[in-house]
Amino acid sequence: MTKKTSSTILSCLFWGSGQFFIGKQKLKGILFFVAQVLLFGIELISGYWFNFFAGQIPDFQIRLYGGYFTQGIWGLLTLGTVPGEDHSTYLMIHGIMSLMFLMTFLGIYIWNIVDAYCTGKAIEDTHTYLSSRAYGKKLYQKMFPYLVLTPILFVVLYIVVMPIIFSILTAFTNYNVNHLPPANLVQWVGLDNFKKLISIPIWSQTFVIVLVWTVIWAFLATFSTYFLGLFQALLINSKYVKHKSLFRSIYILPWAIPGMISLLMFRNLFNGQFSPLNQFLLDCGLIHSRIPFLSDAFTAKITIVAVNLWIGFPMFMVMLLGVLANQDVTLYEAAEIDGANKFQVFRRIKLPLLMKATAPLVVMNFVGNFNGFGFIYFLTNGGPNNSALQFAGDTDILISWIYKLTLDQNMYNMAAVLNILIFILVGVASYWNLKNTTAIKEM
Amino acid sequence: MKERISSFLVHFELIVVSLFVLIPIVWIILSSFNPGDSLASSSLIPKKLTLYNYIRLFQETNYLVWFKNSFLIATFTAVVSVVLIMITAWVVSRFRFKCRRLGLIGLLLLSMFPNFLSMTALYTLYLTMGLLNHPLALVIIYAAGAIPYNVWLVKGYLDGISKEIDEAAYIDGCSYFSTFFKIILPMSKPIITYCAVSQFMFPWMDFIMPSMLLSTDNDNTTVAIGLYNMIAGKENDKFTMFAAGSILIAIPITILFIVFQKYLVQGVAAGANKG
Repeated sequence: MTKKTSSTILSCLFWGSGQFFIGKQKLKGILFFVAQVLLFGIELISGYWFNFFAGQIPDFQIRLYGGYFTQGIWGLLTLGTVPGEDHSTYLMIHGIMSLMFLMTFLGIYIWNIVDAYCTGKAIEDTHTYLSSRAYGKKLYQKMFPYLVLTPILFVVLYIVVMPIIFSILTAFTNYNVNHLPPANLVQWVGLDNFKKLISIPIWSQTFVIVLVWTVIWAFLATFSTYFLGLFQALLINSKYVKHKSLFRSIYILPWAIPGMISLLMFRNLFNGQFSPLNQFLLDCGLIHSRIPFLSDAFTAKITIVAVNLWIGFPMFMVMLLGVLANQDVTLYEAAEIDGANKFQVFRRIKLPLLMKATAPLVVMNFVGNFNGFGFIYFLTNGGPNNSALQFAGDTDILISWIYKLTLDQNMYNMAAVLNILIFILVGVASYWNLKNTTAIKEM
Repeated sequence: MKERISSFLVHFELIVVSLFVLIPIVWIILSSFNPGDSLASSSLIPKKLTLYNYIRLFQETNYLVWFKNSFLIATFTAVVSVVLIMITAWVVSRFRFKCRRLGLIGLLLLSMFPNFLSMTALYTLYLTMGLLNHPLALVIIYAAGAIPYNVWLVKGYLDGISKEIDEAAYIDGCSYFSTFFKIILPMSKPIITYCAVSQFMFPWMDFIMPSMLLSTDNDNTTVAIGLYNMIAGKENDKFTMFAAGSILIAIPITILFIVFQKYLVQGVAAGANKG
């Protein structure tokens, strides 16, 4: 048998043994073996496997006697079998985590086998033995990125990826107010929730109405702020204005003030009952009855867009002022020499250049508004309520509807379905935004 | 003459917009000095000014404790996330390895997932690990959540720094890490500033995570939650106190923003193009 075959077979059975016996790389072999011991050790010690092998447990159930990994997989597959005792969401999270651990060990196992093969092959080819230390040095050079990134990868896996997997999986369960662990069990239901969203009229209608308003809102919010920002930037930049930095400093304030504070401030300014603004207008005799700024569906939508305009235009204004400061004036002069008037220069040259320079920013802002939870939540909390909609108010956008479904209604499964849909919508928009940028091409 | 009219119109427009920008701000500042308790009793222009609301804020609420919580969370988040982001971005910018492309695409996908929708899972995770109601436990969520978006951003910036400089350092005998600390970090001050300031400001005013993971118990909550609770009720009898509390936290953040606005503007512009 050749060295590479025997080394590979050995390492398949006992991790690192190929490296240890055939390759004479003691330290590396031991490290691989430690990984195997860890994997089996965790499983055996956390479970009741020894008692089982000793015949002490006649009625063996993974639910009660399995180890960390087998119990994890069992939990993920069944989501519990005994109501009141099994906690389905714990089991699900535990299952996802143990699966991620298993994948890590699988990765080490495959690396171990590939490495055993390579070690054996290197010995046959060169007839020299590479020491663990030399290998370690080579590894440090070659594997440096992996070594540094592994701890960070784990943080991201646990805090960012695990919840996302959980959230996606929830869409395929009946985790809602009627199936709340620990009193009740959650079950896998396949695509039922997606079918429900399409086939049950109140769900599909609410979804369409909320989606349409979300898109309208995102469009209005993005373009109103963009064009006011553009207009103010052009005015500030005009030759008549001497105190450019004064106006710039005033206009930047709404961007600088924390958004939540501004939104809560406006919520009070526009308060239906006690609105000081209404009182002021009444006192001046400008209106005869209070304006329902936030309590009438249509007025509330206008109010939200107007407040967003106040908060959002400075960002575009500052960005466009930056672009204007760096523009190439000769282009405009050339056009004027060619006989174009001021308006033509603006319409045909300046505006397209500005738009092109800020297009990615516009798309990013659009996505931000699409998921602009704060605007809705802090201003109206989605209200006024609308009984024709399933748990949504007139001004609710998708993300605030999801928030309500989760926190107020405990309909985690439907929230998760909507979550996946938002992810797809945002993903497509961002892909379209970024596909032609150098960042992606030169990745 | 035509020039003059144009000049007048331009200034007129700029001043009108300035008024629209300033009036709500002036109103909330005046409200905080308003003697009344509630929104109803606070007129648009108060008749008399008093510090009563600020005194009440410190006597009746745990404002200082909330402030301390928010400040600690924000500071630690800024530090931890900058460390994680810089190391990750440096590795993906400077080293070529097998899973690099996959990892970058993965990070891009993760940055598109609306992060607060993972709150149910995070709640359960924190519950099982006994981390609920620990303000500092939020830091790890903010720091990890900042990685996907910001790594792309910083990677774009680092790609712009010539590789010949670090190759020269390697030839001179620098190790990977000493090159990172002595060459890369000093050269990326602007982007570090952006990450640190934005990662400080975000948790400072974040509402969702603390509202999920911290109880409304007065000692463990943050300024954002505390302020929100003041005006969340129907009674509306704490509005002027809310105004005072808001002013006190808006001022440092606004100053921070204005001081670092150059970096923030660059950061936002780079973020749209992913570096």
